[in-house]
Amino acid sequence: MRSKTTIGKIDIWLLLIYLAFMTIGLLSIYAAAFNEDFPHIYDFSQNYGKQLMFMGLSLIAGFGILLIDAKFFNAFAYVIYGLSIFTLLLVLVIGSKISGSTSWIYLGPVSFQPSEFAKFGTALALAHYIGKLDTDLTQFKTKLTAYGIILLPMLLILAQGDAGSASVFIIFLLVIYREGVGGKILIIGLTAATLFILSLCVSKWYVMIGLVVLYALFLLLIDRTKKNIWLLTWILIAACAFVFSVDFAFNHVLKPHQQTRINIILGKEKDIKGVGYNLNQSMIAIGSGGFSGKGYLKGTMTKYNFVPEQHTDFIFCTVGEESGFVGCFFLIALYLALILRIIHLAERQRSPFSRIYGYGIACIFFFHFAINIGMTIGLVPVIGIPLPFLSYGGSSLMFFSIMMFVFLKQDANRMNIL
Amino acid sequence: MIKNKINYSQRKYVIGSIFILVAVILLIKLFIIQIIDDSYKQSSESNTLRSVTLYPSRGKIFDRNGKLLVYNDAVYDLMIIPKQAKNIDTASFCKLLNINNKTYNNYLKKAQKYSMITPSIFISQITKEEYGRIAEMLYHYPGFYFQTRSIRQYPMPIAAHTLGYIGEVSQKDMKRDSYYKLGDYIGLSGIEKYYENKLRGKKGIRFTVVDVHNREKERYMNGACDTLPQPGTDIILGLDADLQAYGEYLMSGKTGSIVAIEPSTGQILAMVTSPSYDPNELVGRKRGMKYAEINANPDKPLLNRAISGTYPPGSTFKMINGLICLQSGAMNVNTAYPCNGPNSAPIKCTHYHSSPVRLYDAIENSCNPYFWLAFQDMMNSRKFKSQKEAYQFWYDNVTSFGLGRSVDSDIPYTASGKIPKKEYYDKIYRGVWNAMTVRSLSIGQGEILVSPLQLANVAAAIGNEGYFIEPHYIKSFANSNDSVSFQKHIINIKQQHFKDVKKGMRNVFEGQHGTARMSVIPGISVAGKTGTAENPHGKDHSILMAFAPVDNPQIAIAVVVENAGFGSTWAAPIASLMIEKYIKGEITRPALEQRVLTLNED
Repeated sequence: MRSKTTIGKIDIWLLLIYLAFMTIGLLSIYAAAFNEDFPHIYDFSQNYGKQLMFMGLSLIAGFGILLIDAKFFNAFAYVIYGLSIFTLLLVLVIGSKISGSTSWIYLGPVSFQPSEFAKFGTALALAHYIGKLDTDLTQFKTKLTAYGIILLPMLLILAQGDAGSASVFIIFLLVIYREGVGGKILIIGLTAATLFILSLCVSKWYVMIGLVVLYALFLLLIDRTKKNIWLLTWILIAACAFVFSVDFAFNHVLKPHQQTRINIILGKEKDIKGVGYNLNQSMIAIGSGGFSGKGYLKGTMTKYNFVPEQHTDFIFCTVGEESGFVGCFFLIALYLALILRIIHLAERQRSPFSRIYGYGIACIFFFHFAINIGMTIGLVPVIGIPLPFLSYGGSSLMFFSIMMFVFLKQDANRMNIL
Repeated sequence: MIKNKINYSQRKYVIGSIFILVAVILLIKLFIIQIIDDSYKQSSESNTLRSVTLYPSRGKIFDRNGKLLVYNDAVYDLMIIPKQAKNIDTASFCKLLNINNKTYNNYLKKAQKYSMITPSIFISQITKEEYGRIAEMLYHYPGFYFQTRSIRQYPMPIAAHTLGYIGEVSQKDMKRDSYYKLGDYIGLSGIEKYYENKLRGKKGIRFTVVDVHNREKERYMNGACDTLPQPGTDIILGLDADLQAYGEYLMSGKTGSIVAIEPSTGQILAMVTSPSYDPNELVGRKRGMKYAEINANPDKPLLNRAISGTYPPGSTFKMINGLICLQSGAMNVNTAYPCNGPNSAPIKCTHYHSSPVRLYDAIENSCNPYFWLAFQDMMNSRKFKSQKEAYQFWYDNVTSFGLGRSVDSDIPYTASGKIPKKEYYDKIYRGVWNAMTVRSLSIGQGEILVSPLQLANVAAAIGNEGYFIEPHYIKSFANSNDSVSFQKHIINIKQQHFKDVKKGMRNVFEGQHGTARMSVIPGISVAGKTGTAENPHGKDHSILMAFAPVDNPQIAIAVVVENAGFGSTWAAPIASLMIEKYIKGEITRPALEQRVLTLNED
């Protein structure tokens, strides 16, 4: 029954999507960082040369993963998670500062971003924990542990001052939802998000007046049993407390540059010279692409570096400017295909570990791509998280690839799970 | 089945729907900005954008009476964007710029190395005349354009060390602070350095669309992305320009320094170091060459002797010793000590006067034996458990005058001088020492070193009868609400003791035997003390500290003239002239002034 090799059974569609991303990624970085004096794509002194090298390393790592026993990642999930937590602690001690956050470790010439590692580690640990046969998510203690697994790396990354990377972990809630925690959490989450945005957009006092009015309305409409009144009152108090704490967190926890970014998105501040400059330039670059774009390597905004951090967090500008709406449509469709394919494969897994892990990485990819593209077109605040497979950077490319290949391996091995 | 888990697989539709919904939202927004909204469309591809940095005018510097000390003048930087600099007719361009081909290539390489797309300075500080000639032809050379900059100008050639100078930023500066770009200017010394963040203002930026012929066509987005530069803050110094100029005039040809402080505020009224240089020399393109030239001068004009030169204070230090001895209680103002003139032991007296002497006479006559005996009494006082404890008492009081440490204010690189700790003597004498061992301290010789700035500050503290404000340059910021304040130090010695010492110091100028009686100023009461610092390398240094008027001092001053002999001969008349100049605004004793200036011809 058991086949010796699983490599032949890997999902060819997912692999093709992955390779397509690699190709697009390299072409985009070449366009974004293009330097006429060093036109060779394999020139290692240039960013595209380096990215090519990272891609090679990622493929080697991926191939290596396919050779490892599939059970390894389930068995060693906690060890990998522990290691990633350790590197997060380490970065707080010996990390180097890049644009205000301490999130890098330098080992000689190699730099490494532990928050990328932590996403992988958390996906494994969560899958292992929830996937265990004796885990019952209906129990309060179990839920708490699951949230704890997510919260620990999140807090450590927040301590580095990297709110963007920390926010990625929120998406794991969707994984927990899939595994059976009530839909209430989604409703509460959506309500919280609405309140969050409202309390930042308008004065917290107006939000609370609105809440009290709603409270009064509900009181009129529902059965006024003692239990219902109590419940409603508690909800009101909790909502008010939430609004207050959002207001407090915004004014006292967030750094001024983060406040400004959020204010710009909310339209409270018009600052196209300072922080808004990035966003404004980015939107001009994408907007100027029109329907079919200016053509590969022909984007003037891109060419003359008007968009800062263009080859990293703002790589989508290059796509938008040079290949237009058509290119953007294709790229977003490709991301959707990637994520939906992973979910589809996850659902056919026999082992809960593989399924939960699949959902974990699908959610990570989703969050990264939605937030990154959203920020370049002014839908969400500018938070520095990379666009999977496209943004320049060794750590993110490497870990996105590893996450992918671990899942490919799990999937290829699914028939061997009894 | 071990456990009956409910199957939640239907939830994949919910999650999938969320994913698709978000993707659709992204696409709608993209559709709006890429296809519907025209405002993001750019002008034709042949047009490129250029960002021109608008440099703010650097803050001006004024003296205490509003006289302009430093202002800005326009020059032009030739800028290059290497990526756009294509098809340049190098030969004709070099001819236009008056440089050779090799220099051109060097400049080009430097700019390329910095950045291919960010503008950098190709040739800096081109004069107005050259600018007119070059600008006319510049359209032949794409990638090059002019940017207006300002350089520092000094209407009066004074106070070079205090004002400092500016120069191009280093790699280190650019790394430390991303505000700076290649070719920017930064304060490198003096006021220019200390108040750099105030003086520099804030850069602005202007975006223009440029056509293929390098001509500016239009403002980019009608200037919506532009920012205006914010001019730097003007600074008003405590310095009195006339007094400073007069001090430099008096000191010309001599080696030494003058420091004058306003005792009530701690502001520097004048800080002269000689030899010095004209600040206008370290300006513009010739700066590098001139700097090397001045630096190579064996008289070291770049050395600010007023703050970094240290000297034994000599007899001026007796004032501090007198105060500490009085405070210790080991003697009082009426205690008389014998003096045997040149036959005194262990320290001789260099002046002839009656014996025994009391404090006022001892100061007037600068009697060495008096201060030695008083010091000895203090060291042996029963109030202290040991001589070392007495020494610690002495040390604490001496350092409370700001001696033995560098100044903590906007005056950079001040020498700390030297006041030996008791551990210092423990080490040298292996723990066995007493008043006799360190007797030269009693007359301001031995291991003590002070800078002229510290000495002037001691004069201010005595003039104030027990306190001083940390000496500093700045009076206020001109166009800013930021206030300035510096620490007030209280000296733990009774005010009465200061009054007694002041009386003796007044006799130095007004008494019959006063060592500075030749320098008395008609109509102004002056208190001071001369000193002669022994110099093992040559002729002694002439030293004086003084303040005036005695009861409500407006100026405290220290003068050091190197290798000039007695304090009474040179330092006293210079101080006297400076005080008169400051308080009266004019000189009533041309003969004395003339005599002071004759030293120049030695």
